[in-house]
Amino acid sequence: MTPRFIRRAREAALGYLLILPAIAAFGLFIFYPLVKTAYLGFFLAPPFPNLPSHYVGFHQYGQILGSSDFRDSLGRTGLFVLYTVPIGIVLGLALANLAQKKLPGIRLFRTIFSSSVATSVAVASVLFFTLLNPEVGLLSYAFGKEGGNGILADPHWALPAIALVTIWQNIGFTFILMSAALQSLPEDVLEASMVDGASSGVRFRRITLPLLSPILFFAVVIGVISGFQAFGQIDLLTQGGPNHATLVLIYDLYQQAFQFNNPGYAAVLSVALFFILLLLTFVQFWFFQRRVSYAN
Amino acid sequence: MQTDSAVAARRKKRTRLAVRYGVLILAAAVILFPIYITVVDGLLSPQQVVQRPPTLFPLNPHWGNFATAFNQGDLGIYLRNSAIVTIAVMVAEVLTSVLAAYAFVFLRFPGRKILFFASLATLMVPFEATLIPNYQTIQKIGLFNTFPALILPFIASGIGIFLFRQAFLSFPSEIRDASRLDGCGHIKFLFRIVAPINRPIIAAFALFAFLTSWNQYLWPLVVTQTNSVRTVQIGLRQLAATNFNQIDVVFAGTILAALPIAVLLLAFQKQLVSGLTAGAVKG
Repeated sequence: MTPRFIRRAREAALGYLLILPAIAAFGLFIFYPLVKTAYLGFFLAPPFPNLPSHYVGFHQYGQILGSSDFRDSLGRTGLFVLYTVPIGIVLGLALANLAQKKLPGIRLFRTIFSSSVATSVAVASVLFFTLLNPEVGLLSYAFGKEGGNGILADPHWALPAIALVTIWQNIGFTFILMSAALQSLPEDVLEASMVDGASSGVRFRRITLPLLSPILFFAVVIGVISGFQAFGQIDLLTQGGPNHATLVLIYDLYQQAFQFNNPGYAAVLSVALFFILLLLTFVQFWFFQRRVSYAN
Repeated sequence: MQTDSAVAARRKKRTRLAVRYGVLILAAAVILFPIYITVVDGLLSPQQVVQRPPTLFPLNPHWGNFATAFNQGDLGIYLRNSAIVTIAVMVAEVLTSVLAAYAFVFLRFPGRKILFFASLATLMVPFEATLIPNYQTIQKIGLFNTFPALILPFIASGIGIFLFRQAFLSFPSEIRDASRLDGCGHIKFLFRIVAPINRPIIAAFALFAFLTSWNQYLWPLVVTQTNSVRTVQIGLRQLAATNFNQIDVVFAGTILAALPIAVLLLAFQKQLVSGLTAGAVKG
């Protein structure tokens, strides 16, 4: 054995040693369970607990994915994304634009606008849970909805209320993202347009917005993905109710697995969620790649 | 005439400024409203909370509510549990990512490319898609309702490996060569030179890892059963569910639960932007 070979072998051994912790964790907690989830979907839960579940192959996939229950929860999830993503991004951008100009005290406003990043989903949900409570909640009081069952128990308003909590909780993050993007805009282009006498509205539409399109695309993608993963606010505020009005895909999955003891059903939903998110990422990427203008 | 138009222009400018501040203050008030009112209500007595019209400023604050929330609601235990889990996850994620990224950049071994792409591919897998088998694994190895159950699934991060690899790639190869001539081995080189130079990105990722872990909800909900291991997010759920007849205590508890992160973020404001956008690779 040549010294060169020994040196190479030692380098390779060290390489494997260094990546081992990460790769082992990925294998055990990501790749293996991903395959196992797909496999679990082949098994039908027994009619009574403690009986063996039996293999039905793709039958269960077909049945669940073709059911109206699945379509409904998918529809609610889509609606939730529609409520939260566009409003969240527009508000975040508006706030960032508002706090952009260097004025005395602007740092205080920036801190306030980004303050909701300090809250978790659970904190935000409990804040709004009490605010929306029909007996003591100030939002209920402000909207004249005091007494009765309250906003969260109203099938028409439950999902919008959950969306409101989500928008509020995310606004700090969106604000920070948009502020960073605005600050990174090339100043010479903006100044040139100002010299050319473009009004601030035209300037924003024709110059700022196109320059911002990569970051807007980015915000839409992560907004949609996190919309599909929204769980805590629903668990804390409505548990999927009233009347399934907030039963989104992920909450359906959770209930099937941990409350109805039906891991097979939940596994099918997991696989669906995985492919939907994968597809959405690709579609959005493809769509925006053609429309997004990348600065420089 | 000239002075007149100058005065008019100045007046116009001043009005504009006033409008701008007006909008800023209004926006700030709307955003702060949920937090402000919770702080206020946390300082009121139960009778004052339900009073109408509502009290918007606590004239004689009941500081005792905070102590009650802390003691009665087990909030201290929840916060401690969250701190243990979060710090463990953060340290483990940073460490495994730094080690793996170093191997991917500075070491040559068969399968390097494939293993790197496998690490990247983990970014495409939402945790929810692996929830059920992971839960079964934790049950099977007897870790249900323990700290390791909350920590183990998150000891590695595809984002971390990706970010650190990008950072290490731009490392000037002359320094590597020079330090090798000095007889500096890989491990020493990593911890003495590469890691310290890349401190900003490591700090940003650490902050992101901390926030993500602290804010976890679904996983801690399904693998914990007793207050001795429950994190503060799940603790809040307990607090709201059990103490609802003491609404003032719930308010105080919510504020206490959010406080550590607020303080942390104020202290690490500089890292915040890069930390948040770093993590946004996954979403």
